[in-house]
Amino acid sequence: MPAVGTSVARKDGIGKATGATKYADDLTFPGMLHGRTIRSTIARGRVRSIRFDFDTRGFTIVDWRDIPAEGRNIVALVEYDQPFLVESEVRHLAEPIVLLAHEDREALLAANVVIEYDAEEPEYDPEHSTTILKSLAIDKGNVDAGLASADLVVEGTYRTGHQEHVYIETNGVIADPENGGIAVHGSIQCPFYVDKALRSLLGKEAYIRVVQTETGGGFGGKEEYPSMIAGHATLLALKANRAVKIVYDRTEDMIATTKRHPSIVRHRTGVMRDGTLVAMDIDITLDGGAYVTLSPVVLSRGGIHAAGPYRCANTRIRGRAMFTNTPPNGAFRGFGAPQTLFAVEAHMERVAEAVGMDPVSFREKNALVAGDTTATGQTLVADCSALDVLREAVRRSDFHRKRAEYAGTNKGIGLALFYHGAGFTGSGELRLASKAKLELTKSGVRILVSSTEIGQGTRTMHAQIVADALGIPYEQVDVAQPDTQRVPDSGPTVASRTCMVVGKILQRCAEEMKEKLGVLTPAEYFERYGKLEILKEHEPPAWIQWNDETYSGDAYATYAWGCDVAEVEIDRDTYEVRPLRLTAVQEIGKAIHPGLARGQIEGGTAQGLGFALLEKVVMRDGGMANASLTNYTIPTTLDTPAMDVVILENPYEDGPYGAKGLGELPVDGPAPAVINAIRHLAIDVREIPATPELVMSACALR
Amino acid sequence: MRFTLNGSSVNVAAHPMKRLLDVLREECGLTGTKEGCGEGECGACTVLVDDVLVVSCLVPFAQVEGAAVTTIEGLGGNHALQHHFMNEAGAQCGICTPGMIMVASTLPPDASLEEVRVALAGNLCRCTGYEAIYRAIQKAKGRDVILSDATDLHLPDA
Repeated sequence: MPAVGTSVARKDGIGKATGATKYADDLTFPGMLHGRTIRSTIARGRVRSIRFDFDTRGFTIVDWRDIPAEGRNIVALVEYDQPFLVESEVRHLAEPIVLLAHEDREALLAANVVIEYDAEEPEYDPEHSTTILKSLAIDKGNVDAGLASADLVVEGTYRTGHQEHVYIETNGVIADPENGGIAVHGSIQCPFYVDKALRSLLGKEAYIRVVQTETGGGFGGKEEYPSMIAGHATLLALKANRAVKIVYDRTEDMIATTKRHPSIVRHRTGVMRDGTLVAMDIDITLDGGAYVTLSPVVLSRGGIHAAGPYRCANTRIRGRAMFTNTPPNGAFRGFGAPQTLFAVEAHMERVAEAVGMDPVSFREKNALVAGDTTATGQTLVADCSALDVLREAVRRSDFHRKRAEYAGTNKGIGLALFYHGAGFTGSGELRLASKAKLELTKSGVRILVSSTEIGQGTRTMHAQIVADALGIPYEQVDVAQPDTQRVPDSGPTVASRTCMVVGKILQRCAEEMKEKLGVLTPAEYFERYGKLEILKEHEPPAWIQWNDETYSGDAYATYAWGCDVAEVEIDRDTYEVRPLRLTAVQEIGKAIHPGLARGQIEGGTAQGLGFALLEKVVMRDGGMANASLTNYTIPTTLDTPAMDVVILENPYEDGPYGAKGLGELPVDGPAPAVINAIRHLAIDVREIPATPELVMSACALR
Repeated sequence: MRFTLNGSSVNVAAHPMKRLLDVLREECGLTGTKEGCGEGECGACTVLVDDVLVVSCLVPFAQVEGAAVTTIEGLGGNHALQHHFMNEAGAQCGICTPGMIMVASTLPPDASLEEVRVALAGNLCRCTGYEAIYRAIQKAKGRDVILSDATDLHLPDA
């Protein structure tokens, strides 16, 4: 029986359900110390003095001078600007300065380090900042001529706030001296990112091993940050010559680690009376924070998605990520697209209104179809499903009837149409040159990839693909723990690429292995001939043409498509808006595991609803003022409405069994759908989260 | 100090003000109980003390003297809830799962969807949007129907 397309039991399900699975904080090493990070208490300035106001006996103390001569004080990522430890200049609150380790956690927490600073005036506002981390320009046609020819020009400005990942397991690693170098075990999305950062810290020749422990959620929050905490644990462990564990408590995790980039997006749209879009002029500002981290790539994805899934001959997109003295913002599921898709979908609602069209016919008129080109000039092919998801969502939610029925009541209904490019942008996948490996075992085969299981179902889905390509039962496929000394670099576990890209390499490995096995089963072959390994590299489709200079061409190998319909109810006394029901129709090529795919959609939708209504990071003096789960609220069971999930399949020809990327798509739609449902209540909110305070002031302005 | 842990009488030496969570994980070696927030908000550390659900990060060890403590390990490895959390993908990253299952284990067999939602309101999950957790609980109670009438999987070519 084929495994693909069925909801087989998760490989890691029973371990998680019995509590047997070990996460980073569940591991103990002989002689292990606990580590702690001493952080800046100002947002900008210079360190004047550091004083240890405790008995330092029994402590391991590290500052930047402990970095080995062969290494550099740089967390290697896109740019080489962020230090592991402050040398003198402080650029943001909670920046790491000194590290302590001790075998007794109480003694460690009681240690008082006094740091004096020469403070300087910080910059917190990305719109006033004069330092650009990265800018971008995407041009198609002639926007000025398009705007001049339009019957109507509609303008709008849309804002989104920080969003905190709130993986339920906080960041944590253990560094353990090994082979004259270091082994790091931890809660990590991208083991080879950590490897790269540690090579910068210790020198290229150092022995480095990075092992992913079971990871309690990531959502992008464990994409780049683990490089920092791994570097810290490594420095302490090498100095103490003992294993050192650093696990952040919730407050430290919220104050110190990355968030979703806040955004300000301005739209100027030229439209004809019949609803045809003729020009889109879009300006994006992202708050990057104090170091570059992944901001250039977040801006890139945000920019490419900024015009939404619409046909428009004249498009101009300008974007910039700005420096501010706040903790660096970073990867978060969706990676810039949730911000720009929120803006464009909230704006399209208002453009439709301006020409007197209903939201569905306006979108039907302008939605991309096969043969149309996107803002970067990519011509879409048969796997474009914008109209399919729109029509199914409208039908399924009974949109038109409810739109009429709710009018003038405390209920509203709104929708959002969206898409999400799968894999790295443009030539990114070519440059990554990801690899995957299969090896025979006594009883079947084993998958060796650096793709991590962080809850989304990597192990299970990869094993299904391999089982079917080899023609063996799912149970005979084993998945190795990602360990950089053992598995090839399959690229990072990000960008909705783990199924579509790495899954496809595995499928090709399995097909070649099947040929080699001939009529023998894996066990028979192993018994007769012994070891057999197949290693393959990703081969991006030859037709992908991308120009990094002009930012034009085939931005993504394919797109997944979604349409969300949100139904909300407002409390006219408290101004609280509550979601009542969410219909999510998503076209993902092929659901390798329908249960897991549905789980991605339901979970991503809940995160999107939190982004829309609840999750407000309050920044004060450059740091998160509400850094606890008491004061920063994510959706509970009572905040999460009933969801109607519909999966459509329109295969992508180069994906494994037709699969596209799915991980990020679901988080793109809920926020604009909710804001458009609030608009149906005749309330004009253009910022999220739409807290009661914000909704009340929007009502007062009417 | 003596107490009953998952049905066996134990004697554990630890500071009376140490968090029950830490005693279970460190002194008793039972790491199935997780810490998510340390302030009683997320429910990942939920255990039973004399059949009452508590968040073990807020309970000082002294308080369980003579009491019966049940953790996820106390359910064994073959509980219906555990199987259905696996089969229904009620566990994604799995870190909230032990707490969720401990709460679910106290629900009456005829609990309605609304009762399940209210019972789980103190347990945060960031992966699932809760729907798969409801499905797992409902399956474990011997019902095949999906709890939320609003969920349906439509696969055109399946």
